[in-house]
Parts: sequence; C-alpha cells; structure tokens
Amino acid sequence: MTAARGATPFRAGALAFGFAFLYLPILVLVVYSFNRSRLVTVWAGFSVHWYGALAADARFRAAALTSLEIGIAAASAALVIGTCAGFAMARFARFRGRLIFGFLLMAPLVVPEVILGLSLLLLFVAAESVLGWPAGRGILTVTIAHATFAACFVAVLVRAQLARFDRTLEEAALDLGARPLTVLWRVTLPGIAPALVAGWLLAFTLSLDDLVVASFVSGPSATTLPMAVYSSVRIGVTPEINALATIFLGVVIALVSLAGWLMARQERRRGTASA
Amino acid sequence: MTGIGRASRWALIGLPFLWLALFFLLPMAIVAGISLGETTDAIPPYRPLLSISAGGIEEHLSLANYRLLAEGCLKAYRDSFGYAALATVLCLAIGYPIAFAIARARSRWRQTLLFFVMLPFWTSFLIRVYAWIAILQPTGFVNRLLRAAGIIDAPLPLLYNAFSLELGLVYSYLPFMILPLYASLSQLDDSLVEAAADLGARPWRSFLAIVLPLSLPGVAAGTLLVFIPAVGEFVIPDLLGGPNTLMIGKVLWQEFFDNVDWPAAAAVAMVLVAGLTVPLLVAQRFLERGRAA
Repeated sequence: MTAARGATPFRAGALAFGFAFLYLPILVLVVYSFNRSRLVTVWAGFSVHWYGALAADARFRAAALTSLEIGIAAASAALVIGTCAGFAMARFARFRGRLIFGFLLMAPLVVPEVILGLSLLLLFVAAESVLGWPAGRGILTVTIAHATFAACFVAVLVRAQLARFDRTLEEAALDLGARPLTVLWRVTLPGIAPALVAGWLLAFTLSLDDLVVASFVSGPSATTLPMAVYSSVRIGVTPEINALATIFLGVVIALVSLAGWLMARQERRRGTASA
Repeated sequence: MTGIGRASRWALIGLPFLWLALFFLLPMAIVAGISLGETTDAIPPYRPLLSISAGGIEEHLSLANYRLLAEGCLKAYRDSFGYAALATVLCLAIGYPIAFAIARARSRWRQTLLFFVMLPFWTSFLIRVYAWIAILQPTGFVNRLLRAAGIIDAPLPLLYNAFSLELGLVYSYLPFMILPLYASLSQLDDSLVEAAADLGARPWRSFLAIVLPLSLPGVAAGTLLVFIPAVGEFVIPDLLGGPNTLMIGKVLWQEFFDNVDWPAAAAVAMVLVAGLTVPLLVAQRFLERGRAA
C-alpha cells in the first residue's frame, strides 16, 4: 500500500470517510437553510424564507457590521506585526531573546482561547484603572485582542514563504545599485505576496470566527457576529443560523477561489517572465 | 542581513516583541496576580492586592481561590485532559489514513484535496458545532435513520453526553491533525519505500519500518496542535456536552460570566496554564525542529 502513487481502495475509502465526516454537518446546514419548516430536522419543502428573516433581523445586521469592522482592522494590524515577526524569525538567525521571541509567537497559536480572553480582559481593566485607557471596552479592545493572536498565524506563513524565497534576487538588485528599501518594496514584498494575501485572509477569518476572546474583551457597545449567533443558539436551534452559515460558506468559497485564481495568475506570469 | 540596516533590524524584532510582551506576557502576569486576590462587590469585582491606608501598605494575598479549586474543580480538570487526550488519539487514528492518502495522491489532485480539508476551517466554527445538534438530537438525522431502518425502537441518547462532546472535539480538531501529518508525509522519499519493496518487504512492514518513523515529526506537531487547545475548549463542551461532562474551559467561563468571580476564574486559568506548560515547551521544540528540517 505504500509503493505506488494514485488511488487504492484503502486510500479512496479513507478519503471518502474523512470527507463525509468533515462535510456532513455543513451539508445539513446548507440543505436545511432552504427548508420551509421551523424544525431543523423535518423537510417541508423549498423556501428562502430564512434568508429574508435573516436580512430583516437588525441584530444580526449590526453584529455583522461590527465583525467586519473589527476583522478588517485586526487583520491589517496582524499583517504588519506578523510580517515583521516573520522577517525577524526567518532572517535573523541569532539575536538576544530569540528563544523567548519564538515562544511568544508560538504560544498564542495553541493557548486555549479562554485564557487569552480572560488575560486580555484583566489587562484592559487594569490599564483603564491605572492609565485611564482604554476607556471602556468595545471595538478597540476586541481589535487589539484579535490582532495579537492573528499576528502569530501571519508570522508562520510569512516565515515559511521567506524560507523558500530566493535571496539571490535581492542580492542582484543590491549589486545593481538599488537601495535596501527599494529592494524590500520592489523585490522581497512582491515575492512573498501570496503569503501576505493568505495571511491577511487567515487573520480576517480568525477574527470573524472568534467567539470566546471577543466575549471576554468586548463591552455592551460591541456585539460581534459570533456573539449574536451564540446567544441565539443558546436559546434554541433556529433556521436563520443555517441561512447565515450558508452565506458564510458562499462568501468563503468565493474569496478563496479568488485568492487561488490570483495566485495561479501570478505563477503563470512568473513562468512566462522567466521563460 | 543583506540590505537591512541596524535600525530596521530593531524595528522588525522590536514591534512584534513589544506587542506580544504587552498583550500576551503582561496579561498572563496580571492573571497570576489577580488569582491571589479576593472578590468583592465592586467594579472591577476584585480587591486590589495592595492597599495603602493609615496603617501603611497592606497586602491582601491568599491562596483561597486555589484551595477552592482543589476541592471543586479537580474532576473537571482531570476530565478535560482525558477528553482532550482521547480526542487526540482519535484524530490521529482518523487523520493519519486521510493525510497518507492525500500525500500519495497524484500531484494534480493533492492541492484540491488539501483545499477541501481546509475549507471547513474557514467557515464558522461555532455554526459547525451547532450543526451537530440537529444531527444528534433525539429527533435528529441519525436517530431517524436508525429508526427507519428498524435497528432501534427508542431514540439513542447521542446528544449532551460524553459521546457528543468527544465527537465535537474530533470533528473540530481533525484538520489540525491532518495538515502537519500531510506536511511530513509529502516529504517522504518514494525511493526508500521502493527500495524496501525491492528487498521484499511487505507493504505493512515497510510502512512500520519506514513511513511511520519518518512521519513522527508530523505526528508530534499534530498531537500538540490538537491536544493543547482542546484541553481548554469552551464552545464544544458548552454546546454538545452535558451536565456530567464539564471541561475546565467551561468552568472558567462560568466563574467569570455567571458567578462574576474574577479571582476564581484567574486561578482556574493559572492551573490550566501550569498543566499546559510542559506540552507548550515540547511544542516549541518540535515546531522549530520541523521547520529547520
């Protein structure tokens, strides 16, 4: 079973089982979002009623806007911080504190969210009572919290891409008289652009998806989309959530396909340029 | 360090270092401090650790929160590690064949298959966990299917117990196991396996002697990426767990939100961090080594 490439009954079976398991709940969500009945388990005919109900729900609309605002700001901050960190880890083999730096970058990837959330909340509360900043909790505090853990994910992607990056390109540009900043801007950053795009999208998704950290560090002024979903799920199963999940899925597939297409196009361009 | 001056070097290291020190390390220190404090009916609901009065500086440090924790939460703490360990083993058992099949698939298929492993991860985690409620509840999919097939008469209790909790954990963390396993398995040199086959090794033998040992870095990385966050999971025990399947992440949440006992929540967090320190240090070693290879 290890020798040849391609499909064998064992491999096909493993994949079929794995994907059935991963996609069963998603399939159920999508199918029942078009169900006429309020019951999530009984099919009563096709309808887009729940999409209308969702669109008319001001609570979800406001929460979605809040989440978008936080997601864009947090992903952008995470991109800057994470790219710096990725450069530092990929390019500087030795500096004082590298071990601690590496640990600080790795820990937020795995530390349970309840701990991240609680610790940041206690920081914000302490900072407010000592410094008077941040005044209250809301969009700003959630953005800071999301940028913190998302930056560590961005750093992983940027670091991996830099490790594959051909440094002779930079050296050639420098030898031809380009200034270091020009090299960074015209050679290095375009070279790692796929990681930057993927990093931003990943950071944005992580922010959009986070319930636990946001619940801790948010205040009454800012309810994010997962917080709104959670409070309605706590009350009971409602088909509006299915409609929301389906829209989510559609947007994600569209975005990921777009990113994939852009990357493929870039690869093709690079291919024709070097040929 | 071609083209990067001393100042930019400091900026590249300094910005993320300061940010993480301020928003990750310092908060941990504050949690440690507050876990030694007392609750009061105030905003914020804890007493300052030091107070200055006419009599001088007083300290209000106590281990009371930890003592309460040792009495009340030992089971939740132990169970969390147990559920997470079982979920890790199950993810490994299910994820390994999948990662293997993807790594051995023809190259034009590999990216597509990986994309479909990742796709659920890009959609709302909360909503995916919630979807299992509709599948597992007494009138849900599985029960209606089994009843229609005449296998059972009364609905099976599939929801709000250890079964649904474990299912939710495995379901949610499976991609985090598959991806590092795939990363290791895809680097495997085909010629080693072919050489073993030429020398007459049976497939299982060459798997155990060659493929498995060479994929151990991926096994280690996947194990840590699943186990550490799963121990402190909140959403899954909250939505799919029952009254008898408490996990420590949910205890922390309840102490904080329902009991408004911040020092107790901080103490729970500290104990959780203490239990995860060793796995975290191991994780750093493995993830660094995997990258160096």
